[in-house]
Amino acid sequence: MSGSRLKLTHTLAAALVVAASVALGVRAARAAQVTLLNVSYDPTRELYEAVNAQFAKEWKAKTGDDVTVNQSHGGSGKQARAVIDGLEADVVTLGLAGDIDAIVEKADLLPSNWQSRLPDNSCPYTSTIVLLVRKGNPKKIHDWDDLVKPGIAVITANPKTSGGARWNFLAVWGYALKRNGGDEAKAAAFVKLLYKNVPVLDSGARGSTTTFVEREIGDVLIAWENEARTAIKQFGADKFEVVYPSVSILAEPPVAWVDKVDDRRGTAAISKAYLEFLYTPAAQEIIAQNFFRPRDKAVAAKYASQFPGMSLLTIDSDFGGWKKAQPKFFGDGGVFDKIYQPGS
Amino acid sequence: MVRIALITIAMVFVALFIFIPVIAVFAEALRKGVGAYFAAIANPEARAAIRLTLMTAAIAVPLNVTFGIAASWAIARFDFPGKQTLLTLIDIPFSVSPVISGMLFVLLLGVRAPLGGFLAAHGIRVIFAEPGIVLATLFVTFPLAARELIPIMQAVGSEEEEAAIVLGAGGWQMFFRVTIPNVKWGLLYGLVLCNARAMGEFGAVSVVSGHIQGHTNTMPLYVEILYNDFQFAAAFAVSSLLTMLAIATLIAKRFLERRVVPVKQAQDELAVKVAA
Repeated sequence: MSGSRLKLTHTLAAALVVAASVALGVRAARAAQVTLLNVSYDPTRELYEAVNAQFAKEWKAKTGDDVTVNQSHGGSGKQARAVIDGLEADVVTLGLAGDIDAIVEKADLLPSNWQSRLPDNSCPYTSTIVLLVRKGNPKKIHDWDDLVKPGIAVITANPKTSGGARWNFLAVWGYALKRNGGDEAKAAAFVKLLYKNVPVLDSGARGSTTTFVEREIGDVLIAWENEARTAIKQFGADKFEVVYPSVSILAEPPVAWVDKVDDRRGTAAISKAYLEFLYTPAAQEIIAQNFFRPRDKAVAAKYASQFPGMSLLTIDSDFGGWKKAQPKFFGDGGVFDKIYQPGS
Repeated sequence: MVRIALITIAMVFVALFIFIPVIAVFAEALRKGVGAYFAAIANPEARAAIRLTLMTAAIAVPLNVTFGIAASWAIARFDFPGKQTLLTLIDIPFSVSPVISGMLFVLLLGVRAPLGGFLAAHGIRVIFAEPGIVLATLFVTFPLAARELIPIMQAVGSEEEEAAIVLGAGGWQMFFRVTIPNVKWGLLYGLVLCNARAMGEFGAVSVVSGHIQGHTNTMPLYVEILYNDFQFAAAFAVSSLLTMLAIATLIAKRFLERRVVPVKQAQDELAVKVAA
C-alpha cells in the first residue's frame, strides 16, 4: 500500500520535473521572441507598418532574434495620456514634443533631456502643414489669405485635442504675424476670421481628413503634408490637389524610448536600436515613400521633387519651443480660447 | 383613415432610419466585391478583434447571467435591509455614460492609482490589456440579465418552490427543477441582450483598450480604426458581422418575447383566480 503510494509520488514528481523542464525549455526558446510596443499618433500607421517589417528583417539578420513591433495609434495627446495611465509603451513616436514632455512631467517615465538623446532633436522625419483642395481648385485657394474670405469652408481639427491641429494653428498664426509686422492683436483678428470659416471642428486630424474627403464637407482642408498626400494616394489624384502656402511651419514629430518601461521589460537595447534604425538610409527611404520629409541628405535629394521648398517657421526659433507655445496658445484661457467661440 | 396615416408614418420612419442604413452597411461592405469582403474578415487583425470580442462575451455573459439569477432571486423572494439600495445600484451602469465607466476603471486601476500601481508592481496588467476590456464589458452589461429576471421572478411567485420543498426537494433540487425552468425564457432573453451589448460595446472599452493593433482591439474598435484608415469597405465588412449579430439578436428576442409574455399572462390569470 505504502509502496504503491511511494511509486505514485515518484511518478508524479517525475512528471512535474518533465513538465517544468518542458515549460522552461519553451521559455528559453521564446526568449529570442521580442515584442515592442510603439505608441504613436494617427497618420503614422502605414509608415510604421513598413518600418517595422524592415526593422524585424534587419534585427533578425543582426541578432537572430525575432522582433514583433506592436502598434497603437490615436490622437497624439490621447496617446500620451494613455502612456501616463499605464499603457506599456517601449517607445513613443508622437505628434509633438509637448506630448512627450507631458509623459515626463506627469509620470516621470523618461528623463527630461530625452530630446537630446537622438539626432535632429529626436525627430527622424519632419512634415509641414499644407492645404488640400478639391480638384481644379474651384475656390481659387492659393495662400492663407484665401481662407479668411467669406463663404470659404475650412476644415481643421480642434487644437485643444489634436496635435496636428496645433501645428495648423501655429502655421496660420506665424503667417498672420509676418503679414502684420509682428502685431499680435492683428494676427489674432486674422486667425479669428479663419476659425469663423470652420464648420466642423473634429477632435483629431484624421477625423477632419475623413470629414473633408469622405463626407465631402468644406472647400479646403488644413492638413499634414503626409496626410494630404496619403489622401490623394487613397482617393486618386483626380479628386484633390495640394496647395503649398507661402509660409508654413516645420512640424517635428519626435520619438523617444521610455526608460522605465524598457527597464522593467528588459527592452532597453532593442528600443534604442529601433529608434536609431529610423535614421538609417533604408528607413529614411520608407519615410519619404510615406510622404514624411526625410532627414537624410541623400534620401532627401532623391525625393526632392516630392517635397517643394517652402518658407518654414520652426517651433523653437519662432515660438520659443513647445514649453512656451503650449500654455500661451492652447492652455486654458490661452490665445485659442480667446479667439474661438463655438457657434459665433 | 387615421389608421392608414399612422401606419404609413411608422413604415416610412422604419424604412428611413432602420431598413435603409442596414442595407447600406451591407452594400458598402460589398462595394469592392465578395473577395475583398472575405479578405477583410480573414485579415489577422480582424481575426484577432473577432477572437477578443468572442472571448470577452464568453466571460462577461455567464458571469452576469449568474449574478442576474442570484440577485433577482434574492430580490424577488426575500426581504432584507438594503434591498431598495441593491435595486438602485444594479441600475448604475445604465445611468452612467459608458465613457465614464471606462474612465472610472482607468482612475481605479491605472498605474497612477494606488490599486493599479500595486497590481502593476506585481506584473499584473489590467488597464490597456484584455482584463480591462473584460472588466469594462462586465460593468456595462451588468444590469441586463438581472433587470430582465427580477420582474419575472416576482411574477412567478414562490408557490411552486414552496410546494417543491414541502414535497421533499432539497435546495438545489428545487432551484434547478423549479426556479430555473420557471424563468428560463426570461433568462435566455436576458442572455441574448447581455451578449449583444457585450459584443457591441464601444465607449467604455475604447477608454481602457490602449488600441494595440492585433491585441486589444475589439470588433467595434477595429471598425473605427479601419474607417479612420480610409479602408471603408473593410470597415463596413466588419460592421456587417456586428449587424448580423444584431439581426440574430432581434430574431431571438422576438422568439423569446413570445415565450416570456404567455408565462406572465398565465401567472396573472392564476393570480386573478386565486384572488377570486
